[in-house]
Amino acid sequence: MSAIDTSTISLPSSPVKGRRFARLSVPYFLAIVGSAWMIVLFLIPLISGLLVSLMTGNVEQGYTLTWNFGIYAQLFGPGADVPYALFLGRALLFGVTATLITIVIGYPMAYFIAFRVTPRWKTPLLALVMVSFLVSFIIRTDMWAFLLGGNGPLLSLLHRLGVSGDFHILGTPAAVIGGLAYNNLPFMVLPIYVALERIDARLFEAASDLYGNPRTVFMKTTLPLSRSGIFSGILLVFIDCVGDPVNAQLLGGKSTYLIGQAIQDTYLTQQEYNVAAALSTVLMIALGIILFAYARIFGTENIEDLV
Amino acid sequence: MSDPERDPSRDPALLRGLTQSRISRRGLIRAGGALGGAAAISALLAACSIPGSDQGGAAASEIDWTSWWAGKKKAGTLNFANWPLYIDQDDKGNSQSLALFTKATGIEVNYKEVIQDIPGFYAKVAPLLRGKQSTGYDLMVITNGWELTEMIQNGWLAQLDHSQLPNFAKYADPSIMFPSFDPGNLHSAVWQTGFTGLAYNEKLTGPITSFADLLDPKYKGKIGMLSDNTEYGNAALLAIGVDPNKSTRDDWKKAYDWLKKLEPNVAKFYDQGYTDALQNGDIWISQCYSGDIFQVQAGGHPEIKYVTPKEGQVMWHDNMCIPITADHPVDALAWMNFYYTPEIAGLVADYVNYVCPVPAARDYILNTIGDPDVANSPLVFPNAETLAKSHEYYVYKDYADYQAWNKLFNPIAQS
Repeated sequence: MSAIDTSTISLPSSPVKGRRFARLSVPYFLAIVGSAWMIVLFLIPLISGLLVSLMTGNVEQGYTLTWNFGIYAQLFGPGADVPYALFLGRALLFGVTATLITIVIGYPMAYFIAFRVTPRWKTPLLALVMVSFLVSFIIRTDMWAFLLGGNGPLLSLLHRLGVSGDFHILGTPAAVIGGLAYNNLPFMVLPIYVALERIDARLFEAASDLYGNPRTVFMKTTLPLSRSGIFSGILLVFIDCVGDPVNAQLLGGKSTYLIGQAIQDTYLTQQEYNVAAALSTVLMIALGIILFAYARIFGTENIEDLV
Repeated sequence: MSDPERDPSRDPALLRGLTQSRISRRGLIRAGGALGGAAAISALLAACSIPGSDQGGAAASEIDWTSWWAGKKKAGTLNFANWPLYIDQDDKGNSQSLALFTKATGIEVNYKEVIQDIPGFYAKVAPLLRGKQSTGYDLMVITNGWELTEMIQNGWLAQLDHSQLPNFAKYADPSIMFPSFDPGNLHSAVWQTGFTGLAYNEKLTGPITSFADLLDPKYKGKIGMLSDNTEYGNAALLAIGVDPNKSTRDDWKKAYDWLKKLEPNVAKFYDQGYTDALQNGDIWISQCYSGDIFQVQAGGHPEIKYVTPKEGQVMWHDNMCIPITADHPVDALAWMNFYYTPEIAGLVADYVNYVCPVPAARDYILNTIGDPDVANSPLVFPNAETLAKSHEYYVYKDYADYQAWNKLFNPIAQS
């Protein structure tokens, strides 16, 4: 009995090693698909976009890479023919405003659905938030053009209430910002809802037990714990708003031309591929810097903690 | 495509693509891991340039069109690319004129409403035409403008065999037979013609008669212009009293100054939707397309008026043309000929309400269809006086000319 055959114990060691190798390498194999995806659909377009922006030529003669870094100064410098810097600044301003509006409107909506309704109402209410997606984005936006138009229901009412006949909404920055906020509202509500839903309800009880009045509980517990939702919402809404060409086109007027429209027009209509690429590169860099700075100021080390 | 000279495998761009190594996905990952993407970048750099459209133009002029057409056979299929609401349709979307064509010739028509605007459509087909590939369409309706000029200059359009177009010679309006953009109708035949004039809401403005009226300060923020720089540029040339096709660069500069003077009054540069804005009172006066206004009036808005400005108006043409890479060019040519009859052109004009290229269609609409509103409309069958005031767009001499135009006029709408 004492003679234990150790070989039977040591035997499995090599299969275990092999299995461990297999187990360790699995994440890398799994990552291949993701990395390939990122390279093919993100890295290559990114680099080729950068390169196209440094080309010179025109659509008839073709474009060749001449490392024309001067195009950035030419488009955004003080002597630019078309004020692209203005369009970019305007887009950022509209984007920030629209994002703030979606937070102000979206947070209470998400809060209400997460905490103030019985579970059986949550799904229908969330569905209601999403239901606007069933209608084409263009149609939805164009309907606002009708609602806000000179003879539309809103202005007719305002004029009857004694607002001056010259007052109009359509064609103003307010209309464009409103359209951006309206179209992006679900992208703010849903992440905030998810973040709120995740909070352990006992934390609120604990906060109340520690003599927190409802306001303090909200400010010190609910709001900080739903920060990740707000952050994701801001990412989704702000990026989408700044690059959007459609709202400005349908709801805007003369002084609401945005960088998204400029990219679309230079690419499709004027076929100045280098200009379009340079504009989108600058837009991307501007967005990157803003979001990075925002993440730092917001006080987290890792963006992924928040998302 | 049986001609060995046009064998796609001989295309140098394709050969280059076949012989040069391509970037494989796995290769990229390996490169990315080893070199931090440097290899990928250098591979991209090697392939880095975007070919221009200025290719094959010379080759096209050498084509012997008689033998080109002789080598083509009727296929029984026609892929027709057109604009929305631009052919007669009943409530179910069926077109009587297309049905008659199929009955008469046995050619089935795949009618596609894929052209929303010329730059967008052109951006889709131009790369295919450049690569000498089929666009999937045998017949396209293209407005005269830079894109049509470029397609003709590049040799992307088949030269029409007029021996197969007897109806065109017999019925086409003389005013459309010698267009400035395509002398001799070698590459195009007009589908519909339209005017770009002015529309106004009579209840809000009273009568408007000229471009000069637009400068009145009382219309501040009440004027719509079309966002296409060809439209507002040519309109401004007319406004300063210059025939666009005789204009010089100095005239362009003056037209630009006129538009700058107009700017405080402009509410918006419209792609579309200006008719709604006119009806709603968002704008009072707008640059407009004649057919749109005809339909607005027919839709119960008689207060929206169309006017040919005293200074003149632009007359444009949407033209049927056959890409050189078309799969079924003979069928496309057959439709062109079939269209140029009073009956078919009449059916179409009665529905779309733009200017009909076949004057004899007026009797057909009046007597056979029984629609005097259309038959007697000056917007569908214009009189000689209107035609005398109508000018064609400026025809760009070459790409540099087109670029100069864009550079001057684009900042007007982009502000």
